[in-house]
Formats: sequence, C-alpha cells, structure tokens
Amino acid sequence: MLVETDSCNSPFVLDANGLGRLIASLHASGHRVLGPTRRDNAVVYDEVRSTSDLPRGWVDEQAGGHYRLKREGEAYFGYTIGPTAWKSFLHPPKQSLWSTKTGNGQTEIRPASISDEKLAFLGVRACELAAIAVQDKVFLDGAYRDPHYAARRANLFIIAVNCGRAASTCFCSSMGTGPKAREGYDLALTEFITSEDVAFLAVAGSKEGAEMLSTLPTRPATQADIDASTEATAQAESQINRRIDTSGLSPLLKENPDHPRWNDVASRCLNCANCTMVCPTCFCTKVEEVSDLDGVETSRVQSWASCFTSDFSYIHGGAVRTTPKARYRQWMTHKLATWVDQFGTSGCVGCGRCITWCPVGIDITEEAAAIRSGNKGG
Amino acid sequence: MAKSRHRPRLGVFKFSSCDGCQLSLLDCEDELLAIAGAIDIAYFPEATRSDDVGHYDLAFVEGSVTTTHEAELILDIRARSSTLIALGACASSGGIQALKNGAETNAFIDTVYAHPEFIKTLDTATPISDHVTVDFELRGCPVAKHQLIELVAATLRGRKPQTPAYAICIECKMAGNVCVMVANGTPCLGPVTHAGCGALCPGYTRGCYGCFGPKETANTAALATRLADHGADKRQIQRLFSTFNTGAPAFRDEAKRHE
Repeated sequence: MLVETDSCNSPFVLDANGLGRLIASLHASGHRVLGPTRRDNAVVYDEVRSTSDLPRGWVDEQAGGHYRLKREGEAYFGYTIGPTAWKSFLHPPKQSLWSTKTGNGQTEIRPASISDEKLAFLGVRACELAAIAVQDKVFLDGAYRDPHYAARRANLFIIAVNCGRAASTCFCSSMGTGPKAREGYDLALTEFITSEDVAFLAVAGSKEGAEMLSTLPTRPATQADIDASTEATAQAESQINRRIDTSGLSPLLKENPDHPRWNDVASRCLNCANCTMVCPTCFCTKVEEVSDLDGVETSRVQSWASCFTSDFSYIHGGAVRTTPKARYRQWMTHKLATWVDQFGTSGCVGCGRCITWCPVGIDITEEAAAIRSGNKGG
Repeated sequence: MAKSRHRPRLGVFKFSSCDGCQLSLLDCEDELLAIAGAIDIAYFPEATRSDDVGHYDLAFVEGSVTTTHEAELILDIRARSSTLIALGACASSGGIQALKNGAETNAFIDTVYAHPEFIKTLDTATPISDHVTVDFELRGCPVAKHQLIELVAATLRGRKPQTPAYAICIECKMAGNVCVMVANGTPCLGPVTHAGCGALCPGYTRGCYGCFGPKETANTAALATRLADHGADKRQIQRLFSTFNTGAPAFRDEAKRHE
C-alpha cells in the first residue's frame, strides 16, 4: 500500500476550504466519512458531512478519570483524543456471524453478509495508526482471519492528523508510536496557523492518497510551511510528560505475579471494564446464540468481551480469575508483556484512554512503574 | 413451533411491588402473541380472569415479602411450581420498601395510617430467595423487556438465560455513550451496577441509579471514595446506594458505611 516515491511524499498545503473539498470528494467516491464531532461534552468519532461538523476551537483537558472540553484557539484538530477508538467501526461492538432457520425437518445455515461499505477515517492520530496496525495483526495475520474486519479494512481510506497538542495522559513517545504519523495512512495532515487562517501540510502515504491529493486545491509547501508544521508537532512532543519505561518490561511483569502492588491496585479497581472498552487494541469477543421464542430462528452474535468480567475466564466448573486482582494483573500483563510474545508488538500504544476513562483514574504508567520500583503498594 | 409441543403452564404472582415488572410482560407487544403461543398463561391477574389453581411449570414472582400472609403464600406457590423465577428488584433484593428494614415499623404505621390497628405487616421487606429456593433472578426496576423475552426463550429451550452480571459500563461503551462521570463529574452507579438496561440513563447523560442492583464483584468502596473526591458528602453517597436495591448486601453495606 505504501508508495515510497518523492512525488508521493512531497508536501502540499491545503487550506480549510481544501479540507472541505477532501470530505466532499470522499463522499462523492462513496465513502462514509467518520471523524471528530462534539457530542455530550466530548469529542467522539461519528459521521462527518462537512467541516462544520468538526470540533473547531475545542480542546480537551484530560487526567486520570477526568475529561473536560473547553474553547481554545481556532484549530479544527486542537483536541487530542476522545473516548471513541476507531475499532468501534473496524471491529464493532456487535457483529452477527451466522444464523439458522429450522423448518420442515431441515436446518438452513446462513452466513452473515460481509459489508462492502467504504469507510474513510478523518483525524487518525499516530497512536491510533499504531493501534490499527496492532489489530491488523490480530485479525488479518495467522490462521484465523476475520473476514468482516478484512473487508472493512480493505475499503478503508485513512487521513491521519498529526497532533499539535498532547494531553496529560498521553505517553505515545515512550511507546514509540507518536506523536508524528510515520506509516499506515493514505494522507497525513499537519494543522498549523497562518496569518489568515489555519492550513494543513498534506503528505500522501499511498497511491490512493496521492491521487486524492492531486484532485484537491493545493499549493506546494514552502520551507516556512514545513517549519510551521514541524513546530506544531514538536509542541505536542514537548507536552508529553507521562511515560512507560519499556526496557525489560515483559520479563519484569511476568516475574512478578505476586507483587503486593496487584493487591493495592485491586483495592482501587472497579473491574468495570471501561479500560478494555476504550483501549484501541483490546480485541476480545464472546459469541452468543440468540434464539427466538418459537425456536425457528437462531443467530450467533459476536460482541465485545472484557477480561475484567468473571464470564471471560469461565471454563467448566467456574471462572479461573475470580478476583479483581487476578483480572487487572491479567489485563496489564497481557497488554505490556505477553502480547509481545503473541503478536510481536506491545499491546499498548500510549494513547492514555485507559487512564482518562477509568472512572477512578487508575494509571497504567504508574502501575507499571510501581511494579518496577518494588513499591510495596502502601 | 410444533402444535404437539407441551406448552408450559405459567403463573404470574404479585407480592409487595408496584406491578411494573409483570406489566413488562404485557409491554412485550410484538412478541406477546408469540409468548402466548409458546406458553399457557394459566394465572396472570393483570391479563386474565383465571383463578390460581393447580401446578405450574413456571412461576414468575414479582415483589418482596412484607406480610405474614405473603410469607405463607410464597411457600404454597413454591410447592406448586417446578421452576420459580424472581422478577425484578423487589423480588431479588427487597425493593425500595426494604428501606424500612432496621427502622421502627410501628412509628411509620402510626404516622401514615389513620387506623394503625388495621395494618398487619412484618418489620422487614425481604427478597423471595430469603423464603424459598429461587431458580433464577431477573434483575431490574423494572425488568428489561429484552431480558424478559430472553428469559422466556431460554426457559422454553432449557438453557440458561444470557443476562451478564458485569457492569453497566460495558453496555454504556458498546452503545457509544460518553462517560457521564469522567466527562461531567456526574455521580453514577454504573461501575458497580449489574448490566441489563442497556445503559438507559447514561444514554440520556444521567448517572446510573443502580436499578439492576450490584454487579458481580462490585467494588462499592472504591466508587464511594471517588464520589467523595468529586464532592459528594456522606449523606449523598448513603442515599445513592439506598434506592430500589437498598436491601442488596453490597449496596446496603456501602450505604451503612456512610450513615
């Protein structure tokens, strides 16, 4: 998908009008455009019909268990990230797998149809590109390819937007995923302020992206444009003050299943599963058979599952992980350690959603540091 | 469904309650005819005129036990029912009326009634499972229609109903709601409350009232600590845990810690 040519990677400048044209072009080519919108005091990813749907002039303030929007500046993409992960669209909360119909002594099995919908994601952050790459490994590599995910992914057009700000919960730089998008996009935009308005430095990352860019009203970028966009990204990077020390992290967690810190975090953890729901890489599902009242039709439905529930580890005779302590330890150890064994990459991209959207503000970076420091959880 | 199939005989019984749960059965509307086709609704005073006689394959019991008459009646119903299912918050935890547990019942009676001598009541409102063996409890105040239909469908097929005991938060996130606690600082019982309603209140940017009672492994103490950090005082926290499921041990104990 990636085209590594100079012509493809040379930057252009798009103004706000050009951004509107980009959205309109995507609609014209049959895409459903999803991007940042403001709803219920948060920036959530939803249908974007035009630039007026974007949360222009809104920025977020985030901390453990805390999220507030406030007005600041004129940027279209001044917020960092909200509660929605793009997995909501690529790997939706509910997916019908197949259904059966019984009649005349026969049972007919019907597979669920594969969607041919073309999606376009507008405003994908670098950490989110990394998260999509992680889920690609889960759903597309190996023996058990997910045909629904594969179809959505094949029809996806990605417009990355580099961060100009960082939230206090961001730690992408220590996970090596951001704040600047490096790969996995069709177009990448960097928003910067000009004397008249905002503008976007636009770089194509694929043949489709380059073709799209060629149809938009752009001008070649000057050195001043490039410097302004570099400065915007540098500002985001300088604002990141959370980190996870990843050196030797995998053996550290695996060798400390009895660390007292697990008891400490369990006393605070609600085991409500919010962290797994907002995590852009958490992929676990369960399947349920749903039958109608007369027993004629049955369908098998896949839905998001969480390792914070007792059902998740239920095998014959009972649940394996009965305590919140065992569940938190399982989640964090998988995310940061055994995930690497399983998929060749960390399961954490440093987006910080699990910190912000934990109702009690449990911070994975603090927990990892506490295990490392030998903090006895006091 | 084959006509020859045995239609289970259903009885619907009301104890101390508001009727909301059994009316949920009538609210099934589109599915009501299918339910009536699949089961023999033999006794259901809200819907039929038949008398309570004989044995039931299936008994739906709504309400809590608050009188000696009810305490005797539930034994009789249990003895005449193969499967007994408790419907709703009153039947599964005592309901809002369990607020009287531990209080001076006679003082209430003297205050409320002109002729207290006619009132005969127990000092407590207790769930059905305190009196007889209950085969399944369906949570909610009132129960959720889709869960009631799942309960009926599962019972007809002889399988366990799928009514997950995890937090409302999972339903909330799957619905795409923004967390009212994180984004607005609104007190919300969602993280300690049993799923089932589909995160109805947070979907309208309201905090969860805990209508479905405590979830599995509910960490009410950690939530209460956070609510206090958000500015809730002891009285507010105590009241938050003292509503429709005030008699459920996890909620009752957390409320007591904030008296």
